[in-house]
Amino acid sequence: MERQSYQKNTRKTALALSLIPGLGQMYHRQFLKGGFFLIMTAAFILVFRDLIGYGLWGITTLGTDISYGDHSIFLMVYGILAIIVSIFGIGFYLFNLRDAYKNGEKRDRGEKLSTIREQYRNLVDNGFPYLIMSPGFLLLVFVVIFPIIFVILLAFTNYDLYHSPPAKLVDWVGIQNFVDIFKIDIWRETFITVLAWTLVWTFGATTLQVALGVFLAILVNQKDLKGKAIIRTVFILPWAIPAFVSILVFAGMFNESFGTINRDILGFFGIEGLPWMTEPMYTRIALIGIQAWLGFPFIFAMTTGVLQSIPDELYEAATVDGASAFQKFKNITLPLVLFATAPIIITQYTFNFNNFNVIYLFNGGGPALTGQNAGGTDILISWIYSLTMTSAQYSKAAAITLLLSIIVITVAIWQFKRTKSFQEEDMM
Amino acid sequence: MNMKRQKLIRLTLSYAAIGIMFAIILYPVAWIIGSSFNPGQSLSGSSIIPKNATLAHYKELFDLEQSDYLLWYWNSIKVSLSTMALTVLLVSLTAYSFSRYRFAGRKNGLMTFLILQMIPNFAALIAIFVLALLTDLLDTHIGLILVYVGGQIPMNTWLMKGYLDTIPKELDESAKMDGAGHLRIFFQIVMPLAKPIIAVVALFSFIAPFADFIIASILLRSEKMYTLPVALYDMVAKQFGAEFTTFAAGSVLIAVPIALLFLFFQKYFVSGLTAGGTKG
Repeated sequence: MERQSYQKNTRKTALALSLIPGLGQMYHRQFLKGGFFLIMTAAFILVFRDLIGYGLWGITTLGTDISYGDHSIFLMVYGILAIIVSIFGIGFYLFNLRDAYKNGEKRDRGEKLSTIREQYRNLVDNGFPYLIMSPGFLLLVFVVIFPIIFVILLAFTNYDLYHSPPAKLVDWVGIQNFVDIFKIDIWRETFITVLAWTLVWTFGATTLQVALGVFLAILVNQKDLKGKAIIRTVFILPWAIPAFVSILVFAGMFNESFGTINRDILGFFGIEGLPWMTEPMYTRIALIGIQAWLGFPFIFAMTTGVLQSIPDELYEAATVDGASAFQKFKNITLPLVLFATAPIIITQYTFNFNNFNVIYLFNGGGPALTGQNAGGTDILISWIYSLTMTSAQYSKAAAITLLLSIIVITVAIWQFKRTKSFQEEDMM
Repeated sequence: MNMKRQKLIRLTLSYAAIGIMFAIILYPVAWIIGSSFNPGQSLSGSSIIPKNATLAHYKELFDLEQSDYLLWYWNSIKVSLSTMALTVLLVSLTAYSFSRYRFAGRKNGLMTFLILQMIPNFAALIAIFVLALLTDLLDTHIGLILVYVGGQIPMNTWLMKGYLDTIPKELDESAKMDGAGHLRIFFQIVMPLAKPIIAVVALFSFIAPFADFIIASILLRSEKMYTLPVALYDMVAKQFGAEFTTFAAGSVLIAVPIALLFLFFQKYFVSGLTAGGTKG
């Protein structure tokens, strides 16, 4: 393996040769590697040439003639796949160029290139993380990243009931959907009503569940309270029961004809039955109450964990200094609890912002309202669901999904910029 | 004397508050259990402690000719177990490489995961539907499982990476000195030490399919393929009230095992979440 060379321009020659992958490596007499690169490239072109050509044509035109069986949505999917595959291809190509250049540089400096055995070791050591990550990463690309790209693209088309393949073609319409949402009265009014209720719901329900959870945790944590184990188990119960079961049971309890709330509880106090499922205001109140029931145990459990880790010395020192119980609570307990659980509390807000299950399973987003195309308790995510599943307004739904994602991501990034783990060098 | 009285008042008020919460928490539970024993199909004229309690609804659910309930149960367990196994495998591998290796793209990868875990993966439900249609995975459990696993990866990877970061690196470095390979270090040194977090990830990914209604309702088309959330919703939505007692029995049969499992592992949940999730 005598491959020492003092030529000045090996790296450039290798780089130029590598424009056809593998040749540069062969120039370095790494024949095995070069051959592998060459074969990979040939195979890539052979296998994916048609997909890439067809896909790129498809995604730019979205089909030209339905009589040839052009299906705009499938064409779009092929287009996205073509782009993903191309990105992998380009990545490989750049890697090939870099490899040829780096090895040429080594030769220019008169260093020995690594032997096949060393190359193998190197490949295993550097490639191992990529190798073990690739199954998870591939799955993520196809079931998470791919759908996100698809929705982003969909928001700029006119895909709906009247432009629905295979009978009709879908076209690119630019930002028309966003313009419609803000310009056409029924869309604008619905959007504003739904967004307003989404925000009220997020803040109302989350704040109630957090307050209840923290309050009960502090209450149960009193030293002289007996039966803590049983109390804690019961308080955790709503978290332990699968949420969809609880929500459906609540839907039964609030039912206006046979539900126990109207018949037994309100009846017991002599109150006339209330229209829980048909009057938006009552449905909203019921929903916030139900979410508090479902959500407080999580906060309760977290806060209990924090409370138990506060050292007794803090309170003892405060007692010596003559602090009252309320002062101890305000200056020791509350700051520590809020500080430790802040990230979790913020996550709860984003969770409720998208809490589809409770809204949809309780009353299907209803009751229906006149003058708009969303139900009285629809939040953004459940509105998107019914636009997609019942009224086939796919492109509008996608546009609203984009608006929603922008809100969530902004909050998420703002939150994580503040947490310590984000700033620690080694964590990231 | 005054101190004692203050304490008495404080404790009485505390117990009163706890008592009210007990009633609010347990009333729905008691109501649904009571309903499940009520004779007849509808609830009119029933009471929380039924007069002629009957097991008829439970028998009906267990009768394969009268209902698909056992099939749905089996579907749900199958989906949950597969999701759990695949998630644990993929998440451990991904989290391990993020925790132990420094490679190009690591920082961007972590950032991507962080943002992805914020977007619920059902937001892109149209895309998931079309993709499943194209790949012939519509109305199959494999398609559903793959979507669940993909959705579980970002959050659980962060959770597990947080835990793996706390296992000292000296351990694997000394093993490397002794000549252990990458896989050997992973399986024989790091994974045994990560058992607590593996349990947490396993539980989360087992429960997740039970918490999902939206993806299952989009992907599963035929009744025989339904998982429990879709099936129960269907049962209620189709003829609300008409079959409520059977629905009640079905709910009890789901809630009891899951709740027991949950209460049993509850303290791991909490410690796992506070260890990985709230760090900092």
